[in-house]
Amino acid sequence: MSNDANMHGHAEVITHHDVHHDEHHVHHHKETFITKYIFSQDHKTIGKQFLITGIVWAIIGGLFSVLFRLQLGFPEQTFPILETFFGKWAKGGVIQPEFYYALVTIHGTVLVFFVLTAGLSGTFANLLIPLQIGARDMASPFLNMLSYWFFFIASVIMFSSLFVHTGPASGGWTSYPPLSALHKAGDGSKIGMDLWLFSMAMFIVSSLLGGLNYIVTILNMRTKGMTMTRMPLTMWAILFTAILGVLSFPVLLSGAILLLFDRNLGTSFYLSDIYVAGQILPNEGGSAILFQHLFWFLGHPEVYIILLPAMGMVSEILSVNSRKPIFGYMAMVGSLFAIAILAFLVWAHHMFVTGLNPFLGAFFVLLTLLIAVPSAIKVFNWITTLWRGNIRFTPATLFAIGFVSLFISGGLTGLFLGNSTIDIHLHDTKFVVAHFHIVMGVASMFGMHAGIYHWFPKMFGRYLNNTLGYIHFWVTMIGAYLIFWPMHYEGLAGVPRRYLDVRDIWHSFDKFDSLNKMITVVSIIVFAMQLMFVFNFFYSIFKGRRVRTQNPWGSNTLEWTTPINPGHGNWPGEIPEVHRWAYDYGKDGREFIPQTEPVGPNESKDH
Amino acid sequence: MTTTFIIVILLLGFLITFQIAKASEYVSVMRGEEKSRKQNNRINAFLLLAFLVLGLIGVYYNNERLGHKILQFGSAASNHGVDVDNMMYITLIITGIVFVITQVALFWFAYKYQESDERKAYYYPHNNKLEVIWTAIPAIVLTVMVGFGLFYWFRITGEAPKDAMVVEITGSQFKWEYRYPGKDKVLGKKFFKVINEGASNPLGQLWEDPANHDDIYVPPGDAMHLVVNKPVKLVINAKDVIHDVGLSHFRLKMDAVPGTPTTMWFTPTKTTADMKRELNDPEFVYEISCDQLCGQGHFKMRGTIIVESQEEYDLWMAKQKPKYYLAFPDREPGYKAKADTASKIAAVTQQPK
Repeated sequence: MSNDANMHGHAEVITHHDVHHDEHHVHHHKETFITKYIFSQDHKTIGKQFLITGIVWAIIGGLFSVLFRLQLGFPEQTFPILETFFGKWAKGGVIQPEFYYALVTIHGTVLVFFVLTAGLSGTFANLLIPLQIGARDMASPFLNMLSYWFFFIASVIMFSSLFVHTGPASGGWTSYPPLSALHKAGDGSKIGMDLWLFSMAMFIVSSLLGGLNYIVTILNMRTKGMTMTRMPLTMWAILFTAILGVLSFPVLLSGAILLLFDRNLGTSFYLSDIYVAGQILPNEGGSAILFQHLFWFLGHPEVYIILLPAMGMVSEILSVNSRKPIFGYMAMVGSLFAIAILAFLVWAHHMFVTGLNPFLGAFFVLLTLLIAVPSAIKVFNWITTLWRGNIRFTPATLFAIGFVSLFISGGLTGLFLGNSTIDIHLHDTKFVVAHFHIVMGVASMFGMHAGIYHWFPKMFGRYLNNTLGYIHFWVTMIGAYLIFWPMHYEGLAGVPRRYLDVRDIWHSFDKFDSLNKMITVVSIIVFAMQLMFVFNFFYSIFKGRRVRTQNPWGSNTLEWTTPINPGHGNWPGEIPEVHRWAYDYGKDGREFIPQTEPVGPNESKDH
Repeated sequence: MTTTFIIVILLLGFLITFQIAKASEYVSVMRGEEKSRKQNNRINAFLLLAFLVLGLIGVYYNNERLGHKILQFGSAASNHGVDVDNMMYITLIITGIVFVITQVALFWFAYKYQESDERKAYYYPHNNKLEVIWTAIPAIVLTVMVGFGLFYWFRITGEAPKDAMVVEITGSQFKWEYRYPGKDKVLGKKFFKVINEGASNPLGQLWEDPANHDDIYVPPGDAMHLVVNKPVKLVINAKDVIHDVGLSHFRLKMDAVPGTPTTMWFTPTKTTADMKRELNDPEFVYEISCDQLCGQGHFKMRGTIIVESQEEYDLWMAKQKPKYYLAFPDREPGYKAKADTASKIAAVTQQPK
């Protein structure tokens, strides 16, 4: 099925759909296991591949956090079992510093990139774009498949780096040079660092292939009547996410390549005036800060690459389940747009204390705090969407409400850190760790969970176990606040992040023993709960309660007009035509009016 | 043993929860799915309200438990620290109000507008007036915060006063070294290629620069000495990777970047003795923490500062000997060469190029 014809314009898309339909049937009778489940070009299967790979990484990344939490909570204890598994890295059952730093580095890298970028965007952009805009598949199913397999290669390289003799990268997920550039600066700066960079390069290729595809598909392949402003907010969010990724990931790629040169070819992009491990290096003239600019030019948009899809899904889920239109649709689109633009203009707020020109810093303060305006609009609109609704608390709804709560909490602490005057004190303390875990990590994870609970019936034709869903939500919600809320206090006491042990060394920081123990215990429980969710996920794929109706949530959007288990091509007949926006819930006394229903003659005009 | 025990407990909990969940699904099918769905709805709506109430109590309780352990707002030990504390105070009040209002609205609406057969959802797609209001209010509040923030920021990062003393601090894996300019008040030139940690030139001072001849070197482990109420400008360097001079009691921080010296100035306003008294902590010491991941020893890269009166400082300074004379003992005024050390001196003199 050639989709290239669809690229030419909107009018043509419609005329071609009928033709597609026939081609499509012929094409799909010769599917084998390999083409259907492994090298599949079906966007739904690719979405599931991203999701399951993401889940595997989330387990690894989560497990790593449990391991380093053991060290933080119980620094005085030994865990012989760790030595059994990790050998010299946990000599005598004590997590060694090199191991600790490798754990935090890989935890950060895989959670940010592999789980919350590939696992979140990759899953839901692939699954939802064609289904919600009314297309048979992505603009280029082949590039889409490549996008997954580049991610797979990146995963394999990153995973292999865990097993090299000197260990994986351990310079933090930001990998600042010169630490990451100098082999002599530590074990984690040896071969593990090269593998990290190669893996990231593959990952960037993957996300570029995916992102271009998402943009092209959304712009060109919408079904008849699906104007941009009739799209569900998930589509808008994914569109902006993809644009952010396409414009910013190449900058990180350049930064990573220059770093590879510095590491292996003797260049001096980031290196100057260095005396390391008793040796004077010849490099002169480079700037260590250059990398930070290149990194954060991606790194900050990356935060929104993670957050925007979650926002889009939360908007959709809150509206569907309060049986009420999303409040202020255009303001929601506008604020997504504003966030996407501002995301490019705030990167140096990570660098207030690098010796950045204070005058330049002032602009970054202004632009950073400006993001609070569109964020506030979004929060108020979500709350107003709940107001006077008729809310159904599915697990997806609960996670969406949890997302809003966490986004408020974490967003407000951003007003501390975005203000350079306070950042000069709180920079790189535990306050930062608490802030970004709540607002970016946990909140986006909640958005992702909401999405999984909501669209699982579409993915697999079965439901996730509801009771487990509720338990999952409540344990995770309470756990997230128990872990990260008190952590702010450690930051306010000045405790730096990435300190694995403060006993007997630091006088000012050694006073949070019992707090650290509590956080560790809670994080183990929360991690176990996530394992239970994973179990629920795989169990329900095969044994879950079957979906019996086409539209189980009473939703307006197009994905629920497909059969319960849609084949490749999504709609067996013609692609439906769209006559209205996605949010006619509770209008004119009707509970919901699907997008495919023509506007009636007596229908009220207001939207 | 305990590990195994914990794993077994977790596994058991896992199994039990799963069985309950599975059973509940069958029960709901038997009782009628619609009925049990409505019951779940009521339970979760109530739990959301309970979460709000317990959560707010938790916030209060948490503050009772941990509030006294943080660096108290208003207790900063430097002039700039007072500005930082003020800014934190302003931000805390504003964000605190917003936090309570939005969280209460979120969970209260969720509870109040839970599904009910009596109510129909209210079709309310937008309201321009409302939206303009809640765009404008945050914008105004943020302008205030940016205004205060930048006012303080420029005060903190502005030029150091002319009479500020200068101290150089250099980070390397995993230690801090300090240098004072000596009587001429000028730090001598350095060049990284002459660094020789083994042979009396750990910072790479160029001995041909006479400004270096009276510079005082303070080795790692010893404290940096500062004078209370006297502005100090730190010149910050790194030898190998990026470090960061973190001074939490002064509320300040600045990266140490190899190849790019940075600076930071402030006026310490409380002596170490003052702090001991104020915090009722006889062990108190100002600590310099490395706040930028610099390798496996990052978490123990510690330096200390002693803030004292001018007299105490002068007394301490009088005991210091310029590094130049340690490197070239023969050039020290009043030096008498000893035959057995002459060869050693010759070896050392050949070092710098």
